[in-house]
Amino acid sequence: MEKLLIVLVIVLAVIGIAQITRVYKLSSELRKKREEDISPTTNRVNANLLFVFMFLMFGFFIWHIVEYGDELLPVSASEHGVKVDNLLNFNWAIIIAVFFAVNFLLFYFAKKYAYDPNRKAFYLAHNNKLELIWTAIPSVVLMIIIVYGLSIWNQIMDEPAEDAVVIELYSKQFDWTARYPGEDGKLGEASFTLISPTNPLGLITDGVIDAKITDLNAEIADNQASIANEVLPDSKVNELEKEIGMRTRQKARVMNFKESSKDFTASYDDRIVKGEFHIPVNKEVSFQIRSRDVIHSAYMPHFRAQMNAVPGMTTRFNFKPTITTDSMRTVVDDEDFNYVLLCNKVCGSAHYNMQMNIVVETEEKYQEWLSQQKTFVKDDNAATKSAADKVGEKDDERKIAVKN
Amino acid sequence: MSATMDVHAGHAAYHEKESFVTKYIFSQDHKMISKQFLITAIFMAIVAMMLSVFFRLQLGWPGESFGILNTFLGDRWAPDGILDRSMYLSLVTIHGTIMVFFVLTGGLSGTFSNLLIPLQIGARDMASGFLNMLSYWFFFVSSVIMIASLFVETGAAGGGWTIYPPLSALPQAMPSSGLGMTLWLTSMAIFIASSLLGSLNYIVTILNLRTKGMKMTRLPLTIWAFFITAVLGVLSFPVLFAAVLLLIMDRSMGTAFYLSDIYVGGEALDPVGGSPILYEHLFWFLGHPEVYIVLLPALGITSEIIATNSRKPIFGYRAMIGSILAIGFLSFIVWGHHMFLTGMNPFLGSVFVFTTLLIAIPSAVKAFNYITTLWKGNVIFTPAMLFSIGLVSTFVTGGLTGIILADSALDITVHDTYFVVAHFHIVMGLSAIFGMFAGVYHWFPKMFGRMMNTKLGYVHFWLTIVGGYGVFFPMHFVGLAGAPRRYYQYTDYPMFDGFVDLNVIISGFAIMAAVAQAIFLFNFFYSIWKGQEAVKNPWKSNTLEWTTPVEHIHGNWRGPLPEVHRWPYDYSKPGKEKDFVPQTVPLSDDEEEH
Repeated sequence: MEKLLIVLVIVLAVIGIAQITRVYKLSSELRKKREEDISPTTNRVNANLLFVFMFLMFGFFIWHIVEYGDELLPVSASEHGVKVDNLLNFNWAIIIAVFFAVNFLLFYFAKKYAYDPNRKAFYLAHNNKLELIWTAIPSVVLMIIIVYGLSIWNQIMDEPAEDAVVIELYSKQFDWTARYPGEDGKLGEASFTLISPTNPLGLITDGVIDAKITDLNAEIADNQASIANEVLPDSKVNELEKEIGMRTRQKARVMNFKESSKDFTASYDDRIVKGEFHIPVNKEVSFQIRSRDVIHSAYMPHFRAQMNAVPGMTTRFNFKPTITTDSMRTVVDDEDFNYVLLCNKVCGSAHYNMQMNIVVETEEKYQEWLSQQKTFVKDDNAATKSAADKVGEKDDERKIAVKN
Repeated sequence: MSATMDVHAGHAAYHEKESFVTKYIFSQDHKMISKQFLITAIFMAIVAMMLSVFFRLQLGWPGESFGILNTFLGDRWAPDGILDRSMYLSLVTIHGTIMVFFVLTGGLSGTFSNLLIPLQIGARDMASGFLNMLSYWFFFVSSVIMIASLFVETGAAGGGWTIYPPLSALPQAMPSSGLGMTLWLTSMAIFIASSLLGSLNYIVTILNLRTKGMKMTRLPLTIWAFFITAVLGVLSFPVLFAAVLLLIMDRSMGTAFYLSDIYVGGEALDPVGGSPILYEHLFWFLGHPEVYIVLLPALGITSEIIATNSRKPIFGYRAMIGSILAIGFLSFIVWGHHMFLTGMNPFLGSVFVFTTLLIAIPSAVKAFNYITTLWKGNVIFTPAMLFSIGLVSTFVTGGLTGIILADSALDITVHDTYFVVAHFHIVMGLSAIFGMFAGVYHWFPKMFGRMMNTKLGYVHFWLTIVGGYGVFFPMHFVGLAGAPRRYYQYTDYPMFDGFVDLNVIISGFAIMAAVAQAIFLFNFFYSIWKGQEAVKNPWKSNTLEWTTPVEHIHGNWRGPLPEVHRWPYDYSKPGKEKDFVPQTVPLSDDEEEH
């Protein structure tokens, strides 16, 4: 019934417009009026409307600033962010001035020079001097913008300080994980081939490698047994053979780790954190950003920070937070305020809700919080070979402490 | 030259023998092909616009039930009238794809390059009528496939119109990256073929088939714009084709161009050694020139309409050509500004900051020249003229915010937020569609031999420009507050609570602007059959297309081709009785060419 009504309204509307158009057409034929003859009144009305529209547009813009100025991002909570905001304001000053000036000229000329049959337009084909001026002025202004902008960009993208806090931000559909290095100050190596429910970041330890090889061997053997012993359709056999191939290649990759004489103990004391992560105030933080599946983007708007997380590579972003969460709550007058890390590169259906809270606090509080976070390998003597061996064993998964 | 003329004169003789199929369907006449492009593009635009209304309903009133969503999307994608979150991404993706490629590339260039190139340079037809026909039918097939992808059970492609892998390569990461993405890639591959056929034809025609006296420096600016657009297309679309092909191979043949170190769906995948960044480079090598492929024809159309309706020469003709060339050249060396935050070397980023901001110079020159053309003019406000003035306004307003996005240090904060959405919708969405509307109103008498209704045109313009600015102005502020684009809803973040009512305002304007297009559609189709019959040169214009007969004939001109003696912008020339002097009028003895 509702749909029928909608259709009816549309049909009636179309007929209505058609009738009005016909009346208009017939009456204009009576007056011998042609469509391309715009009467001076109509012309004047449109010219004035353009001018009115301009004021409405300017008013709309100003209304936004008045109404929503407070809703924009609060003062930057990072050191470089303040410079970014200054640069932004500098750009705004130029842009807003040009926006008003050029739109004004456009609409004003349109209004002022509306058609007058008694006047002839001024034949002006070109004027080199004028053109030179308005090529030169934008060039100079843009050069200033470029130089100013690039100087800030270079400062932001500079190498991190030696004593910067290193934190890994690891992304997957649809959440973030943070990883802190332990006493050794080093993040342990990781590989996507070693990812498992108990080792979501794919950290490499000798135990994990062995367990993975055992698993892969078992799966390959299973599949081979199925092919040998069961009566299967060809498609199923193909599928199993494909799987065997895949596992074999995966095993070869894992074997590379095993055969390398590398020391994989750096990850033992890494602390893995979900839900929210903490950073100390007034100390440079160097984020190493990785992804497991698709491209994500680590976006921390309050710190004017953003960097993509790209599978297959590690990206970096450094900043020094300057305002603790508590102080910012006072600034924005909101007790529930939290800094937040968002995903800003479309990554799938729940992209819109891939967030993690960030807590900025004093060094002491930060250290206290960090020490409460569990390490990857629970045992305090994790560095010893015997403890490491146990890590990957299936019956001993409780030892892998992942706070979630 | 004379040989081709004879051949075409022969064509004219066959005129009567055409069957329905060769006249209306597999036509090789550029005027008919132009109409085919336009009507297909209008259909695609309606679809894309409706998709945008659907997702604006969700963004304005998140989680609320709308019967209309259920009516159109069914229980699969809008159970209880609430938009499914995967479908939301598909809608956004297909809206972008259709608008950018099918409406503003295929539709805009296809319509006006086809119509105006032969008519304005004084040629009987395109260099190859057959390739021209193929170009349209490739376009048609790709449109059908793109629309069909909306009906796939796992959903249409949903990774955004840029379809970055690995998301677009892995159905495990997103169901709509399955069959939906396959259809998207197929459709785009065919679309690229269509675009290349068209562009090659445009270039060859402009270079070889100009009539006597039509020097390159006497070409209307429309033709210059179409010419450079076609060159950009020929140079950049093959790169997208390569990118699409490599993606197809990664998806179906186990290659690893874009994939490496991926663990998804509980499985560590085989491919190792590729990089998604490679795809981004290839995509944006097309993607940025594409912006100008969309924009330049609109600017060309505007140049012509503003000069005609100001009754005044376009100011700085040579500077306008120069700026088109400069924009065309620079557009090839700025693509990295889409990738400042991908982990690309920051120094490389600085190079792209520099080249990108340089584009503002020729753009500024164009804007100033338009405004100076109005100055001391005698301006007639036809609907086409209003849309052209609207275009200059949106081009300036939208272009200015590009300065912020081009500055890598500022891009860190606003990258991929609504600020970007606002910027490119104003500068290339609104501008290009305004140019297209302007072109339709202006050349409708040439296309269909009838006039569109002016009063309805005014109503359409005013609702569209108010709606357009109403939708995209507020988005700047939402973006500056840090709201990312392509989010299904913002209710999970207290920091965006302040913008709830602004999102309602945006959706309101979007619905209004969408409904307003019904006026245009009605006017368009009504006027095709019932509009006032057109005269030969209704706008008192100088260019050659207005010397052809109102009814369409093969070969465009009866008798010999016109000869050109002057540039196309002799409006209100001192010493002339009328305020326009067509290009075919010889210079008088003491007269100087501009």
